[in-house]
Amino acid sequence: MTAPHLLGLVGALVTLITLFELLRRRHLREKYAVTWSFVALATVVVAVWPATLDWFAELVGVAVPANLLFFLASMLLLVVSIQYSYELGRLEDRTRTLAEEVALLRLELADHRAASGAEVDPLAPRTGEDVPGQ
Amino acid sequence: MSSTSAGVPPTPSDPGRRVLVIMPAWNEEGSVGSTITELRDLHPDVDVLVVDDGSGDGTAEAALAAGALVCQLPFNLGVGGAMRTGYRYAVRHGYDVAVQVDADGQHDPRYLDLLLQGLDRADVVIGARFAGEGDYRARGPRRWAMVLLAWTLSRVTKVPLTDVTSGFRASNARATKVFAEHYPAEYLGDTVESLVIASRMGCSVVQVPVGMRVRAAGQASQTPAKAAIYLFRAMLALFLSLVRKWPSVEDTTAEVTV
Repeated sequence: MTAPHLLGLVGALVTLITLFELLRRRHLREKYAVTWSFVALATVVVAVWPATLDWFAELVGVAVPANLLFFLASMLLLVVSIQYSYELGRLEDRTRTLAEEVALLRLELADHRAASGAEVDPLAPRTGEDVPGQ
Repeated sequence: MSSTSAGVPPTPSDPGRRVLVIMPAWNEEGSVGSTITELRDLHPDVDVLVVDDGSGDGTAEAALAAGALVCQLPFNLGVGGAMRTGYRYAVRHGYDVAVQVDADGQHDPRYLDLLLQGLDRADVVIGARFAGEGDYRARGPRRWAMVLLAWTLSRVTKVPLTDVTSGFRASNARATKVFAEHYPAEYLGDTVESLVIASRMGCSVVQVPVGMRVRAAGQASQTPAKAAIYLFRAMLALFLSLVRKWPSVEDTTAEVTV
């Protein structure tokens, strides 16, 4: 086994162990872990049996097998980035909806408090509240 | 104060109609109070809801002191987010008309009746500059963007529109329901895209000419580079709003959930 292959193997194993630990501590959700586990396992395969990469490179017509590796890696990162953008947008939408609801509920709470006769300032910061701009 | 409103007929608004003025405000401490006071003096029968868009100054206090209903967003969402909050309030509290008025005093409340009269003809009424009234001017890329947006929106709505980026607008209960669920938050969404949505979901749009004033406090950003970016982003926003999918009106006219 040559040095680069050993490097790949070590990298893949570290990735797998990290993923396993994060999952075990419930810091990582399964849907993301699946992708990365697949990548790490593929890396193990290529590191242990380098001929796999050569065979695949020849199959798709790439002269230098390492270039195929770079291409696949960059494509994977691109896809993952797009997926993250999508998730981020969805989260932003939901955060926005929640913020709007919070604002309306604050107003309603103030109305109810005023109606019940309590002496309240509807703008007074309440305990544990995030005050904008401070 | 401007002298442009001399020709506005002093017709009182329909007494049976409940009108909510929604005023999105972000750090408008200096002008929101006088804007509300002026509005309430001229139209004592309308309710004013100030949506404080995460201001860091005393905007909410000033609005409350001036007698408005105040609802505070926990952080800044932009005009689109603030307006959707207001439209939701309008739907939940059964208002017949929702009117958007800027907190900076640009929108002359004397034109409010003109906007409300327009609702006899359409679901959404835009108070438009460049339509004969007032002397608002824009130049360069900003001007081109406005012309392009107006031309395209006129095709979409099938009504001649000259100022689609005006935030001074009124909507009836039907359009308010659409906005309460689908008012967009992205760039130019609060003006251009919202009109596309309303139109494509079956609401009619008209404009009435209004004069606008210079803002009472704060300032607009105007440099050549910013104007060019404005043109580019306006075109992108317009394109996206035209190709996006919108749900059918049947999905919306029920209850505001999300």
